Amino acid sequence: MPRWLWFPAALAATFVVVPLAAIILRVDLASFPALITSPSALEALWLSLRTAAASTALCILLGVPLATVLARTDFPGQGLLRSLVLLPLVLPPVVSGLALLYTFGRRGLLGQSLDLVGIQITFTTLAVVLAQTFVALPFLVISLEGALRTSGTRYEAVAATLGARPTTVFRRVTLPLVGPGLLSGSVLAFARCLGEFGATITFAGNLPGVTSTMPLQVYLLRVDDPDAAVALSLVLVVVAVAVIGFARHGRAL
Amino acid sequence: MIKNPGISAVVAVAAAVALAGCGSSSEGSEDRELTVFAAASLTDTFTELAEQFEKDHPGVKVTTSFGGSSDLVAQIEDGAPADVFASADTKNMDKLGELATDPQDFASNTLEIATPPGNPAKITAFQDLARSGTKVVVCAVEVPCGNATAQLEEKTGVDIEPVSEEQSVSDVLAKVTSGDADAGLVYVTDVTAAGETVTGVEFDESDQVVNTYPISTLDGADEADLAQEFVDLVLSEAGQKVLSDAGFGQP
Repeated sequence: MPRWLWFPAALAATFVVVPLAAIILRVDLASFPALITSPSALEALWLSLRTAAASTALCILLGVPLATVLARTDFPGQGLLRSLVLLPLVLPPVVSGLALLYTFGRRGLLGQSLDLVGIQITFTTLAVVLAQTFVALPFLVISLEGALRTSGTRYEAVAATLGARPTTVFRRVTLPLVGPGLLSGSVLAFARCLGEFGATITFAGNLPGVTSTMPLQVYLLRVDDPDAAVALSLVLVVVAVAVIGFARHGRAL
Repeated sequence: MIKNPGISAVVAVAAAVALAGCGSSSEGSEDRELTVFAAASLTDTFTELAEQFEKDHPGVKVTTSFGGSSDLVAQIEDGAPADVFASADTKNMDKLGELATDPQDFASNTLEIATPPGNPAKITAFQDLARSGTKVVVCAVEVPCGNATAQLEEKTGVDIEPVSEEQSVSDVLAKVTSGDADAGLVYVTDVTAAGETVTGVEFDESDQVVNTYPISTLDGADEADLAQEFVDLVLSEAGQKVLSDAGFGQP
């Protein structure tokens, strides 16, 4: 490595670290404990953790089969399918929210029929979970597909020649092999869910205890009560750091 | 690592140009620029007034920035280069304190119910919003329209249980026009501006809470003279006509 790379690298690191430091410096230490333990803050945190956990579970349920199909099969249009599935990664979250609204909204593609049987998804906690799952699913699929491709098919082939059925191979060989990849993918998805804002506000709305997750609270409070907004932001930063640390540890296993 | 030294030279030049470009936005132009920050509900009227102002002042470019009043106040306090600020309520103008040199009221606005076209949930009165099963969307109490809503609920004793507390009037309208909410509470002018995408429902109690809009030049404005002239335009007969055409009331 040329030694001069140190300079731009340091610049990049500074660029990421300084804003984080800036938010920490803004925290009013005296009121911090009271602010993050206020009933509304705890309510938002609890809602965020609950919805992110549910969304991550949904991501695993839907993402593991999808990643396996993408990694282990070859069919026409697969490249296109992969691109489409990864689209929420690069879409502005607000656009994802609109797309969900036009699908599950009361007058949406599917929402119209749901409304006839008395089900409305918008403004419910389920809408938050759907929004988070939509934006986080690609994170899980992309890291798991990578892990599946890296681990290769040799062990699976051996297991098959020894008489194991496809389902047994998948359960006993494939999944354990990509365990670390699945773990880090899930953790990434969880972190993305925790931070979800744009799709949630567009699709689910904002009601304390029902749809008002931490990022929505921060956004609403930032003007009227900046101290509270900063305190909640710091909680999100801490959770994010913990999640990333956990993911790195998982990868090392 | 880099085989072609030309690449690193290009990168260095590009970076230098990008960095230099950041600081020189106001240089090299002979035209004068007036920056107006105004509440989101003034988007249509102030865009029209800005065009009028440019026509009357050749060589002057009016840049408008619309957003929630409280957002704009925060930006001004953080040093955003605004010359004029028009707020959707006095509370937010007051927050600026000395920064606002001479706030004057120029318009007023009341709340109106917006429903999806045709009013499918048959909302006819303010108390209908408290009907169980009615999906009502309001502004969060932190923003002016939500503050007005809370005051109105208190004065009338009608207790609305919203399905969502949105960040701005436009967020409320979006949920109504998509049909997901049965009704939303926004300003009269928003219903006017939304045209046929919503059906407005006026109600008697609305005049119990009147939002007053103040406008002011800002301390330290780069273009103090132009700023004052813009404020004068808003307060002039022509300016007031633009506002009343859009549904605003007298201050």
